[in-house]
Amino acid sequence: MEIIIPTINLASIYPEIVVTIFAVIVLLLHAFTPHHSPGGAGKGGDHLGYISFIGIAYATFLVFTQEGGTEYSFNGLWILDNYSRFFRLIFLLGTGLTILISVKYVKDEGINHGEYYSLILFATVGMMIMGGGADLITIFLGLELMSISLYVLAGYTRNRLTSNESSLKYFLLGSFATGFLLYGIALLYGATGTTNLKGISGFISESNFGNPILIMGMVLLVVGFGFKIASVPFHMWTPDVYEGAPSPITAFMSAGPKAAAFAAFARVFFEGLPSLQGVWVDLIWILAVLTMTVGNVIALVQNNIKRMLAYSSIAHAGYVLVAFVSANELGIGGILYYMLAYTFMNIGAFGIIIVVGGKGEKRVNVDDYTGLAYRHPVAAATMSLFLFSLAGIPPTAGFMGKFYIFSAAIKSGYIGLAIIGVINSVVSVYYYLRITVAMYMKEPESAVSGAESMPSLVFSTAMIIAMVIAAYGVLRMGIFPSAYIALAQQSHLSF
Amino acid sequence: MSEYIPVLIMLLLGAGTAVGILVATTLIGPKKSFADKMEPFECGEHPIVSPKLRFSVKFYLVAIFFVIFDIEAVFLYPWAVLFKRLGIFGFIEMMIFLVILAVGLIYVWKRGALEWE
Repeated sequence: MEIIIPTINLASIYPEIVVTIFAVIVLLLHAFTPHHSPGGAGKGGDHLGYISFIGIAYATFLVFTQEGGTEYSFNGLWILDNYSRFFRLIFLLGTGLTILISVKYVKDEGINHGEYYSLILFATVGMMIMGGGADLITIFLGLELMSISLYVLAGYTRNRLTSNESSLKYFLLGSFATGFLLYGIALLYGATGTTNLKGISGFISESNFGNPILIMGMVLLVVGFGFKIASVPFHMWTPDVYEGAPSPITAFMSAGPKAAAFAAFARVFFEGLPSLQGVWVDLIWILAVLTMTVGNVIALVQNNIKRMLAYSSIAHAGYVLVAFVSANELGIGGILYYMLAYTFMNIGAFGIIIVVGGKGEKRVNVDDYTGLAYRHPVAAATMSLFLFSLAGIPPTAGFMGKFYIFSAAIKSGYIGLAIIGVINSVVSVYYYLRITVAMYMKEPESAVSGAESMPSLVFSTAMIIAMVIAAYGVLRMGIFPSAYIALAQQSHLSF
Repeated sequence: MSEYIPVLIMLLLGAGTAVGILVATTLIGPKKSFADKMEPFECGEHPIVSPKLRFSVKFYLVAIFFVIFDIEAVFLYPWAVLFKRLGIFGFIEMMIFLVILAVGLIYVWKRGALEWE
């Protein structure tokens, strides 16, 4: 028996290794810090957060310095190309911003544990593995690492009932969706005899692709990934989970893991199943329309701002699915560009939500934003910027992202889809601007009813840095988009 | 198809053993029935109790640690069998694996998860 030693190319996974090592360091540092009572652990310093941030910064540096080109390693399990590089940057950016907006939050809530940051970092490793997996098994491993960390993080404020509900719901539905995905992988393996994406596409193009097992496997993969990206009709978990989870974790979940699911989704379908495009394009067309419409329409009537942004997040997944349907180079570039823009604007909006929410997340309704501009003009202006971007109003990143996506759809001849998308975008303006209207055009509540006035907002240094980065990103990508578009164009998958 | 025949034989043997034991106990076993014996068997627990029973989360912790370190042992067996052929590459790989698990052990130890009280 010959033992095949796999081709090990450690250089291609340096960023993953670095993030893993930092996750372990943070975990052990906390374990070796003396803490006498269970509650005392929450009183630690900020150093755990900053160490995690250094790890993320270092990994980002490594991604930038990695050599270009496309390279398979670990016997075809792993791929390093511009596509996975771009997505890694999105994940690292999302994680970095999440850590910055968490630093004060975790102290306020008494959850300043090493495990909190460690789990965020492990989830990031999982996302990066999803972005770089060239085999269904690698992608699945990454997905599980990411999901299991998120199940725990969603319930991290364990004294809050909604957080427990969020965690349990996410866990039960998430494992169910994982089951679908795994079943799809099993059927694809049964039909093609391999889990390698290149192998699958090679097998399908050589033989007949009317095999019902193959189609069934593909549909189950759509269900599995559709759950992770929160597309309708697999979106039912999203509002409850996003509402109940700690706000920084909601921000994190809506950016990185969603991008990771899209990364894996697009890679599996464009590299593994391009021959079945005629089948899946129609399927995803329907998903895109449903996702945009249901997300936007239900968001109209939400009063809890986290819940509103959860539905908004569903709607944004719908826009990205439009780019997915276009299935041209512009479309893939659109997915990349949009996910990057969405990371900036959504984590930015959640930063302000955390600050306004205050200790215990008490002020999370739209009414709590009434008259914010009179008391905290900077916070209101920043929030408005992110909301404008989410609504897709120039000169912000959100506008360019939508422009990019809808032009991709038109270029591929999906004019109807683009029209539905634009109409949806108009609908969404209502609920985003509702918050801006509350902030700018209504008197503060205390002036009207003499009720308890809003306590002053406390921005920590880390939060200010995060907000500056997010606001800069939103404006920069909106006003000077060409560099980012070029980067996204370079990073599209080869067809 | 022929490579699946051993699987089929295993399947038949397994099913045959189960059915055989059931049939044999029904035929030759003594039959004395009393109230306790007629209750459904649930690993020694009473089958009908209040579902709001609380028991310590420590049981779960111990069970999880057992699974983790049990799997570690399972991975060590094939390595031990092929130790010479895997050579230095296998040795380094296994050491990395063991270090990762040792980190887990240090973590649960320092966090006090191994203390029952």
